[in-house]
Amino acid sequence: MTEARLHNVLATAPRPRRPSALSASLTFGWRGMLKVKHVPEQLMDVTLTPVLFVLMFTYLFGGAIAGSTAEYLDYILPGILVMSVLFTTVYSGVSLNTDLTKGVVDRFRSLPIWRPAPLVGALLGDSLRYLVAGTVIVVLGVALGYRPGAGVGGVVLALALVIVFAFALSWVFTTLGLLLRSPNAVMNAGFTGIFPLTFLSNVFVDPETLPGPLKAFVDANPISILASASRGLMEGNVESADIAVVLGTAALLTALFAPLTTHLYRTRT
Amino acid sequence: MSFEQPRGLTSMSRTDLAIETSGLVKSFGGTRAVDGVDLAVRAGSVYGVLGPNGAGKTTTIRMLATLLRPDAGSARVLGHDVVAEADEVRGLVSLTGQMASVDEELTGRENLVLLGRLLGLKWRVAKDRAADLLDAFGLADASGRLVKHYSGGMRRRLDIAASIVVTREVMFLDEPTTGLDPRSRNQVWDIVRALAAEGTTILLCTQYLDEADQLADGIAVIDHGRVIAEGTPSQLKASIGSGALHVRLLDPDQRPVAERLLARELSTVHLEPDPAALSAPCADGNRAAEAVAELSRAGVRVASFSLGQPSLDEVFLALTGHPADDQTEEAEIAEEELA
Repeated sequence: MTEARLHNVLATAPRPRRPSALSASLTFGWRGMLKVKHVPEQLMDVTLTPVLFVLMFTYLFGGAIAGSTAEYLDYILPGILVMSVLFTTVYSGVSLNTDLTKGVVDRFRSLPIWRPAPLVGALLGDSLRYLVAGTVIVVLGVALGYRPGAGVGGVVLALALVIVFAFALSWVFTTLGLLLRSPNAVMNAGFTGIFPLTFLSNVFVDPETLPGPLKAFVDANPISILASASRGLMEGNVESADIAVVLGTAALLTALFAPLTTHLYRTRT
Repeated sequence: MSFEQPRGLTSMSRTDLAIETSGLVKSFGGTRAVDGVDLAVRAGSVYGVLGPNGAGKTTTIRMLATLLRPDAGSARVLGHDVVAEADEVRGLVSLTGQMASVDEELTGRENLVLLGRLLGLKWRVAKDRAADLLDAFGLADASGRLVKHYSGGMRRRLDIAASIVVTREVMFLDEPTTGLDPRSRNQVWDIVRALAAEGTTILLCTQYLDEADQLADGIAVIDHGRVIAEGTPSQLKASIGSGALHVRLLDPDQRPVAERLLARELSTVHLEPDPAALSAPCADGNRAAEAVAELSRAGVRVASFSLGQPSLDEVFLALTGHPADDQTEEAEIAEEELA
């Protein structure tokens, strides 16, 4: 550390223009990628866990529920796609909460950037994780004999729909991440919410046999509608109403929870 | 309050203030962490805020860096209100927090490139800038290592480097050398001096009078959220007595003799709790050396001696009549609990 170098580096400090909202958000997304690069084990929950889900549900329940594993695979694969990706959204809140305990957040908050950029960027990074999970599930499904009626195009559309919904749902968990005190509390609260919602849906079983009130709930559950829409897109017989409901719910969640998260992030002491 | 000629920014008029607060108040729960702080920091100067843990230093800095909203009073940075014009303020300041404000899970280089990008540099420029900074701060060899494996001194240097990726008019340094070994501390001081020479206004929070004395043009002493003394380092030292000769003897039985001799040479002598140690206020190195020589001539065996700046405790004792007790419990814990 020489004085001349020090003075040189101080004297040559640039004065750039502020980055755009998109550029700042993408930079935060890059930060998320770098963390995965340094600790690849972080990808376990989007690789190994979905593999276990697919194998477990197909072979453990397939015979009992649908009579044959091959038949059940057609039903369960889009469901497992939805479930795995939505479970992963809880971690967006957990990692935000973990981030808050570190000094670097103070620096981010004192930068002259678009206020939601750190949050949007982190969720963009998480969306790539959702994509990894989704791809793993579909590839494994095909290996096990799943043949989507709508081909590659249908699968891509279904993946896109699930990721858009997951991005929106993540805002709920980032809000929780800012309200609760510890990463564990966020995880517990998150799964306490997402577990019943996922199981009380048509992800695993056709709700036709359920008692009235339960069936009504399952039918109205946005997760059921997302699962139906994903099945429809993959099979090529999607109902546009389902897609409209999914996108509408996603827009609503984002409109409510994105500003709330941003406000909490900015004002949290 | 008088100031010396500021370094750098000579084109600015003498009345230009980089930081100006008036009646700044912040409470956490029932505790007033900052209780009516008035500061006036000239552009281009280094201003030290001296006080024990929990005195309100960090809370003040966090309000100035737009991270906390004041409950009352006002604060302006280069003429911009920290609440109404927070975004403008963010474009002018950088913060080096007490908790290192760098990302531990990234490498040193990635941290600097990330900030360069977030501040609007193109990829190419951000990478070059990161390399230059790492080189100048003696971190080139560690640039590819994760920051969590850095030593405290390296982390601090990276932290300051992160604050100057782009030009910043005002820098907030919150206890930049707390917990560092003397060599790392000197490196950080060199960096602060270089920054000051470039004309950056620096607000430096510290627990060490020595540090404020070394670096700052003006000092505010803060206690329980209030400024209790203010002035140049020399004014401050003059008001509290500027130092003391500390002597440790080999043989505690010789302390009465030593006490008599030192009292003759330097007037007041203070007997330390350690039965072999005593101290006497003294600002003049030659007189201190003379006094120690006198002990030695009289056959008093001296184990060690030092001439030191008054500690924060002595400063507080002189200014408030109470020692600089750790005030963390009152203010910062309240803050923690609310967070």
